[in-house]
Amino acid sequence: MRKTSLNSVTKLAKKDKRVLFIGSDLGAGTMDEFRDSYPERFFMEGIAEQNMIGMAAGLAMDGFIPYLNTIASFITRRCLEQITIDLCLHNLPVRLLGNGGGLVYAPLGPTHLAPDDIALMRTLPNMTIIAPSDAMEMQAIMQQTLDIPGPIYIRLGKGGDPVVFPKGGKAKIGKAMQLREGRHAIFIATGIMSHRALVTAEMLAKKGLDCGVLHCHTIKPMDEEAILAAASEFPLIITLEEHSRVGGLGSAVVELLADHGPYPRLKILRLALPDSFQKNYGSQDALLEAAGLHPKNIAKTLLNTMFGA
Amino acid sequence: MLDQPTTPKLIYPDTPPLDNRSLQLRKLVLRAMVGGGRGHPGSALSLIEILRCLYDDILNIKADRPDWDKRDRCILSKGHGCLALYAILSDKNFFSVTELDTFCHFDSILGGHPERGKIPGVEASTGALGHGLSIGVGLAIAAKLQKRKSRSVVIMGDGEINEGSVWEAAMTAAKHSLDNLIAVVDYNKLQSYGPTKQVMDMEPMVDKWQAFGFTVREVDGHNVEELKKAFKKPPEPGKPTAIICHTIKGKGLPPAENNPTWHHKSRITPEQLEQLYQALEEN
Repeated sequence: MRKTSLNSVTKLAKKDKRVLFIGSDLGAGTMDEFRDSYPERFFMEGIAEQNMIGMAAGLAMDGFIPYLNTIASFITRRCLEQITIDLCLHNLPVRLLGNGGGLVYAPLGPTHLAPDDIALMRTLPNMTIIAPSDAMEMQAIMQQTLDIPGPIYIRLGKGGDPVVFPKGGKAKIGKAMQLREGRHAIFIATGIMSHRALVTAEMLAKKGLDCGVLHCHTIKPMDEEAILAAASEFPLIITLEEHSRVGGLGSAVVELLADHGPYPRLKILRLALPDSFQKNYGSQDALLEAAGLHPKNIAKTLLNTMFGA
Repeated sequence: MLDQPTTPKLIYPDTPPLDNRSLQLRKLVLRAMVGGGRGHPGSALSLIEILRCLYDDILNIKADRPDWDKRDRCILSKGHGCLALYAILSDKNFFSVTELDTFCHFDSILGGHPERGKIPGVEASTGALGHGLSIGVGLAIAAKLQKRKSRSVVIMGDGEINEGSVWEAAMTAAKHSLDNLIAVVDYNKLQSYGPTKQVMDMEPMVDKWQAFGFTVREVDGHNVEELKKAFKKPPEPGKPTAIICHTIKGKGLPPAENNPTWHHKSRITPEQLEQLYQALEEN
């Protein structure tokens, strides 16, 4: 997903001279093609992320569209004030590509994990937040990033994430995608968790429970229409995200429904990471499983919710 | 507990007295303070001659076309000094001088920190410190990429440059050989709590900027002729310029001069303001 995203930036640079790339101190070889093809629009600015944001703001004020890339936790947490003021208050077209949203950097521990990136970005007016499910969807979405007037945060997965984006499918920023129809309940998921929602739905289908999957690659602005329709149609919504249960997709859905309800017959199950720092290492999958976000755990939680233990 | 503030040792004891233009701009600062009943007078008054010199003699700008693409970009990174910026921008007809009377009012364009998009002539919304130089670096690179002659001038406070982000930006400016970037430090030697020497001493100031790759000029920040000379001198090719302006916080208002309690004032009474106007007249 990361590679696709960065390759897309090179393609965008080819067709649009406003496109610039700014990295912090990325891995050797990253973006070589961009650097070799458009050296004057390529910037590798060292471990100085705050400056990277302000510099991008200045470039965007004079007509450029900078694409920035570094580790998600550093770009969102360290630079929160720069993003808030330099990018969002000025409403400038700067694109933040955050490597390793959620638990991707599991072996590296809490300093490198980004289970809070969506919450931090959601509080910022003018910000668009996107968490694609896979490389195919990333490609489709990157094409649309030239034309959004304000800043965008894009959460990048680990790479090699299972593809759920339908062949020939269309992803439109701001529009949720119905990946699976269902009758009994609906998952509202984002990022790589949409794949897990699909796997869980297949598992449950074998037990006679038919769950839909609504994939929200865009968390802000939310596709309010699609979510409100789901709330009217289903007795159970399960939000599913690789993010803290504070402030992410689940929070956004609950906030929206609270503003539009009441939905007296609706039950909402928020499946997310706990509001605590990770104590373990291992792999992204292992940490997700420990948080109850493996499809088999998800299925069990859902069955317990619907039918009791 | 810090010691009582002491008068900083000034290396320019021969500053000429404030002339009519300097006094007139200070009156505009007071006018806005009357309008808002508050403000950062100390931080604004050390800036007056720097801004006057830039807007009268240095910057290539057009008040009737604030978004003219070939203009020089000037950012007041120490946004709390905005009363001085509002004074000079109104004087230059970027907006009507009567706007000063609305300072900090509910629907005013002039807030306690300047905002881009609201105020003609303001390039960036500042107030959170340590942002302006990075933005200025981006603007300077943009000018080079677009082959414009625009310069990027960023005015910072001596307290502001405590921020690490300023030095990140300084490194980047030197790396990209931004000889179209001028970093200005309003070195009034008092930050909010007290003397910079005690709160966070930035000395050796000149050595610091030089070590970060800047050509450094040091001037009396209240001497208009010296300022003009410093700003007009062409940059060293391939190097950004830092102009360290030795100033006096609250300059021109004796009760406020070198007095940290005048960093910010709210609930100013009409009587106090009247005294300030009188103090100005006595300069």
